Amino acid sequence: MPGLSGRMSTVVKAKISKMLDRAEDPSETLEYSYQKQIELLQNVKKGIADVVTSKKRLQLQTEKMQQQIVKLDTQARQALAAGNEDLARVALERKNVAQTELQSLDSQVAELENQQQQMTASEQKLKAKIESFRSRKEVIKAQYSAAEAQVKISEAATGVGEEMADVGLAMQRALDKTEDMKARASAVQELEAAGTFEDLTQLGPGEDDIDRQLRELSSTSEVDSELAKMKAELGAGSAPQGALGAGSSDPSSSEGSGPGTQEQAS
Amino acid sequence: MIVRISTEGQYELSDADAETLNELDNDAVLACESGDPTAFHATFSQMLELVRTHGRRLDEDALSGSDIILPPPDVSLEEARQEFQGEGLIPG
Repeated sequence: MPGLSGRMSTVVKAKISKMLDRAEDPSETLEYSYQKQIELLQNVKKGIADVVTSKKRLQLQTEKMQQQIVKLDTQARQALAAGNEDLARVALERKNVAQTELQSLDSQVAELENQQQQMTASEQKLKAKIESFRSRKEVIKAQYSAAEAQVKISEAATGVGEEMADVGLAMQRALDKTEDMKARASAVQELEAAGTFEDLTQLGPGEDDIDRQLRELSSTSEVDSELAKMKAELGAGSAPQGALGAGSSDPSSSEGSGPGTQEQAS
Repeated sequence: MIVRISTEGQYELSDADAETLNELDNDAVLACESGDPTAFHATFSQMLELVRTHGRRLDEDALSGSDIILPPPDVSLEEARQEFQGEGLIPG
């Protein structure tokens, strides 16, 4: 039989019949098979723990990213209030990148949540089958002659073997997806390590590599429109030159710098 | 006939429904051969839907082997192409 049903059933059945042939004593086969099932269940549990850990890590990153967005927005307002439009633009560009990252993190967390639920469902199904197999094997061992037992064992082993193969497949798919996300998460971490989301007040003069990359990454039109909106909110025209930050991100540093700037500065 | 949807579970399907599944299976093979993801996913969704709505879900502690194993619901066309070929999942 071609197709998945053919291939997959054949693989599973071949493995099972090999296992059955190897053992001379049916009860030995049963115990071996049961042992394998328990091992697989342990692996599923480990897999779930792995997914949960990845999810928690991403949730922490999400929180950090949210804080960064608030901070960069505040800094853009401060910069604009102080009349430094270039700096405000850089802050908004970074905010733009951070927002894109945040969206992607959110969907990854949701995907992992989904994986976790699927694997937990697999675990429950496998547990039920193992329990069923366990009681079946006791019955087989107690009630059947060796020849009869072979047939019964073969039936039970096929059912549970297929489930094992399926749980293995489900777990592999879930873990593959988790791996993709881990790679993505560490890419975000690298961006962070490179200072992409650092405090702007720590920026030196001139434009560095990150700035150039950011300019490419972030949508200029989005930044432009946000900048325009921010300007409108701050009230046009009267922003004085001055004092953003050398080393201070304290909103009070712009205090007294002019009319119309104070209430929005914080 | 017992049908498994990979990564989901086993269902018992009547012969008439199995026949309908076979027809969809043939369509899925054609869609895979022509490399048309939209047609494939549409057909494959119908197969899943048929099994889920017409099939009777087996108890979780059932220990029966399946006659047909469908790929996981999130299968990609590339993965499916290796499965849906020749006579498809169901010969005939």
